[in-house]
Amino acid sequence: MQLTLGPVLYHWQPERWRDFYFRIADEAPVDTVVVGEAVCSKRTPFKQDHIPAVVERLEAAGKRVLHASLILVSLPRERRQTRELMQAAEAEVEINDLTCLASLGERAFSVGPFVNVYNEAAAGFLAGRGASRICLPPELPLPAVTSIAAALPRVTIEVFAFGRLPLAISARCYHARAHKLSKDNCRFVCEQDPDGMPVATLDGAGFLSINGVQTLSHGCASLLGDIPALREAGVAALRLSPQDCDMVAVAGLFREVADGRLDAEEAECRLGAIYPDVPLANGFLHAVPGHQHVRKSV
Amino acid sequence: MELICPAGTPASLEAAVEAGADAVYCGFRDETNARNFPGLNFSREELKKGIAFAHRHGVKVLVAINTFARAGSFGLWQAAIDAAAAAGADALILADLATLDYAARRHPAQRLHVSVQAGAANPDAIRFYAESFGARRVVLPRVLNVMEIASIARESACETEVFVFGGLCVMEEGRCSLSSYATGQSPNMNGVCSPASHVAYAERDGRITSTLGGFTINSFGKGEPAGYPTLCKGRFASPKSSGYLFEEPVSLDAAVMLPALREAGVTALKIEGRQRGRAYIAGVVRSFRGILAALDEGRQVQTPGLAAMAEGQASTVGAYRKGWR
Repeated sequence: MQLTLGPVLYHWQPERWRDFYFRIADEAPVDTVVVGEAVCSKRTPFKQDHIPAVVERLEAAGKRVLHASLILVSLPRERRQTRELMQAAEAEVEINDLTCLASLGERAFSVGPFVNVYNEAAAGFLAGRGASRICLPPELPLPAVTSIAAALPRVTIEVFAFGRLPLAISARCYHARAHKLSKDNCRFVCEQDPDGMPVATLDGAGFLSINGVQTLSHGCASLLGDIPALREAGVAALRLSPQDCDMVAVAGLFREVADGRLDAEEAECRLGAIYPDVPLANGFLHAVPGHQHVRKSV
Repeated sequence: MELICPAGTPASLEAAVEAGADAVYCGFRDETNARNFPGLNFSREELKKGIAFAHRHGVKVLVAINTFARAGSFGLWQAAIDAAAAAGADALILADLATLDYAARRHPAQRLHVSVQAGAANPDAIRFYAESFGARRVVLPRVLNVMEIASIARESACETEVFVFGGLCVMEEGRCSLSSYATGQSPNMNGVCSPASHVAYAERDGRITSTLGGFTINSFGKGEPAGYPTLCKGRFASPKSSGYLFEEPVSLDAAVMLPALREAGVTALKIEGRQRGRAYIAGVVRSFRGILAALDEGRQVQTPGLAAMAEGQASTVGAYRKGWR
């Protein structure tokens, strides 16, 4: 079972973002690392200067590096950014929107979890266009994952295994709205919440998390207990989505459980210490509400 | 500009045709369409009759097969496409790569429209759908302002259709699983959002609380109307502010934007609401027909108060006006 570190979805300070990847390169037992800004095109310039050094360090450590495209492309600068990324010859890309296919040409590519691949026919269409890896939408239940993986034995099928679940994307910035600012004049208030801005119900139950134009779950995905079933289903890679916690330790736990060196239940206990006060969730995989945590194996 | 009107039942279809629709859109009574509500939608036979009725009045029928096919059950979506094509649908409204690819290969002469659920939000994405599947029209997501729509219409290989009235998604359509996080059912997989089966109301300390899948979505004091708990239009709390963090319980009314949308080169205007009754359909369609007639004759456009028709009783022009973001 391979491990993939997804892109940092939050707006971290540029130096912190760079140092995070340096440590991942040096210490984390992951096979593939996705870099770049997927959520908000206004944040892209902050990362741009550090990307070459980050990629060099990751590649020197033997990691495969993928460059993430934006999830929602509507403004001219977003189209331009997307086109430039698709045409950058040295970059292996992970597409997060079908806009990319208009400028990708004949190159092989990976598909991120924001492209709607709900069935084997859609996956087959993308494979026919050159997709070699597909990270499926977090919402998919195990039978769907199984059907897709079975139909495409040559495509690396990945599932979203750790991190707050990305649930929605909008043109409106909810961070700016909460701070009574407009999106165009947002003052990058999202950087105040490196793990997202918590959204609770009126009676105080944790529910969602705001990350600029993106809305994530309050609960954190953990498929640690589902790894045998996922392997059986033909899943070849697990995606770990960076949170504001020790991601090297998180990757270590997933590695140990996948290799059969650590019990899943014990691993989830330890996960509670690494990323405290956040409920774990795997409901989507079990075809129940996504926030639920099902302990029995699927 | 064409006026595209919803029909959840054969009676609504007739109401829309009689009230002046240029085209009516509807779906089959199953999970292949994004308004899969109990007691709604068309059987195969009802669709055939509905198309015959509409065509007799010179009105087109567009069939929405716009959910994402369930893995392992693609046959259900293929059968829906075949049935709609055989019934003489003027266009199919599709969102999934799988259904678009199938329809384009199997029914090459069939006119295809890209559903709003596909989230095609720029000319490059639209070009992809036009080149890959021969799509002729794209329904734009409700995240664009009028200037952006104008630039898409100018540059696009397809006709453009935009929503002007009814429910308002504040998240990009087709990319939202908020509903299934709370309830296990989503627009993409089940054709429903914030389903009524998971809604409950309770009275506590003189306040009415609405919940969805057990999560409190809103709370109303005495005299405050208890609106439906659509997830993204609930009241929540964050460290920075509390209240309607995503959007208030408003619906879209872009009647005042019609001159600008025409100027932008939009081909068709869409009214949301296949779940609404025939009185709503007839009233809204007649109003918009009137506005379009005034526009055509160069008369000052009066926008009659459609407020009573709006869900939540309050309306917005949404993203069409810059500043909403």
